[in-house]
Amino acid sequence: MNAPAYNFAYLDEQTKRMIRRAILKAIAIPGYQVPFASREMPMPYGWGTGGVQVTAAILGPQDVLKVIDQGSDDTTNAISIRKFFAKTAGVATTTATDEATVIQTRHRIPETALHANQVLVYQVPIPEPLRFLEPRETETRRMHALAEYGLMHVKLYEDIARFGHIATAYAYPVKVNARYVMDPSPTPKFDNPKMDNCPALQLFGAGREKRIYAIPPYTQVVSLDFEDHPFEPYRFNAPCALCGAENSYLDEIVTDDKGGRMFVCSDTDYCEGRQAAGHHGSLSAAPYKEKAQEKSNG
Amino acid sequence: MVDQAALENDEPLLVAEALSKSFGRIAACRDVSFALYPGEVLAIVGESGSGKSTLLQMLSGQLTPSAGHVSYRMRDGITRDLTTLGEAERRFLFRTDWGFVHQDPAQGLRMAVSAGANVGERLMAVGWNHYGRIRDTASDWLTRVEIDTARIDDAPRTYSGGMRQRLQIARNLVTEPRLVFMDEPTGGLDVSVQARLLDLLRSLVAELNLAVVIVTHDLAVARLLSHRVMVMKGGRVIETGLTDQVLDDPREPYTQLLVSSILPP
Repeated sequence: MNAPAYNFAYLDEQTKRMIRRAILKAIAIPGYQVPFASREMPMPYGWGTGGVQVTAAILGPQDVLKVIDQGSDDTTNAISIRKFFAKTAGVATTTATDEATVIQTRHRIPETALHANQVLVYQVPIPEPLRFLEPRETETRRMHALAEYGLMHVKLYEDIARFGHIATAYAYPVKVNARYVMDPSPTPKFDNPKMDNCPALQLFGAGREKRIYAIPPYTQVVSLDFEDHPFEPYRFNAPCALCGAENSYLDEIVTDDKGGRMFVCSDTDYCEGRQAAGHHGSLSAAPYKEKAQEKSNG
Repeated sequence: MVDQAALENDEPLLVAEALSKSFGRIAACRDVSFALYPGEVLAIVGESGSGKSTLLQMLSGQLTPSAGHVSYRMRDGITRDLTTLGEAERRFLFRTDWGFVHQDPAQGLRMAVSAGANVGERLMAVGWNHYGRIRDTASDWLTRVEIDTARIDDAPRTYSGGMRQRLQIARNLVTEPRLVFMDEPTGGLDVSVQARLLDLLRSLVAELNLAVVIVTHDLAVARLLSHRVMVMKGGRVIETGLTDQVLDDPREPYTQLLVSSILPP
């Protein structure tokens, strides 16, 4: 017997069919949370079990997979998931946003604009945007069904009353296709405008909460706000220290215990691409000089 | 000239017809009928287990009657049976044209969000989308229910019992409802706080021309607030009439017992 130990992409075909049915329903009703029978995955809840199941269900042998975690291709979570699918599905993997057909992400949307025929799969911890205001699941479902979303504005009201502005910086609620209010997963609100009218298909998988939802390509996605406190994407007011980008989302990296810090693009692929194209930031000189020296020595 | 307001007041707002509710073999409420007019305050009194709360829940559409009908005259002037309303319509009615004041404010308030947001929630639910205006209206209502506006950003869990109850009233009245249901609104408050609350309620009811159905076991509350009284016992209405008539000259033995069981001051 030389039967493979696992089916293609780990999950068995019946499970994939079940997940695909949920995905199809989710695409048909943009922003609606479709329950699905989430499986036990070989990783802990909170590490992307929902995203992994969605990816496993949509992956084909011809796909090219990219996995990012907080924008980065080289964190433990991203590398583990990428290796997992390289091993169980044998698909090609990449770190280049342009080349990927399926991108699984945690907490970011790539800076490079997505194009048609790409699928962005989000890992979602808590799919219910109303959860912290209304603890009863029966009640939140009814509120979604009847489109009673006054409560969502209560949350934003509280922010303004307490901080003087809408202080919600991530998981910023959006209204999809003028119907369902949706939690965009804990992406920074900087990324919210990218979801609107996006050519790529966006799928959201919450493994622990057993929900799948979706934004079909070219769907209207509006961030909730008040007339006198409009939605504003937030970004540190600095260029990237490595590639000098002025319009990308930045990570703040503490470099010493004397208050030293640097701001770099959280999207590593975007940052590396810009550096390769010759862009420089304030701190990019040193590592390049070292590399040059190594080359001349060798 | 025809006085439109007077014409409006001539038609009943809420009509109950032969309402009954049984839970298995227990008949909680039997054959209750009445009509409530705009601006009228009706008190339902009776001891625990007499069917008051069941009746209130049926009137407010939270419980489906086993027999009988409740109809309500909507803002467009058309009287409709509550059971024919869809859930969306009923819930919309509940947060715009109606109010419901619970005995326990924690049931009617969101204890973890600020007082301003508690009052503003109904406004946001009907599509208000301007923070400044929502806040101004909330602060205006806090003043009307005698809550210091400096506490607008405090959560009701930091409030005293009396303040919570007043906040609950503000939250209910902010959309200018025409009908308010109250379930023992003064229960669990000490006497001086009760007196202030009753005073406040009485002035608001007169000012806003509110129709009120108030359930209470406290005859003093009924006397202070209501125009009419319905006395319930064992699920039936045993006596009904003008408040002072029923309380000063009770006809039924049970009502006489209720009235005489008030301790003289």
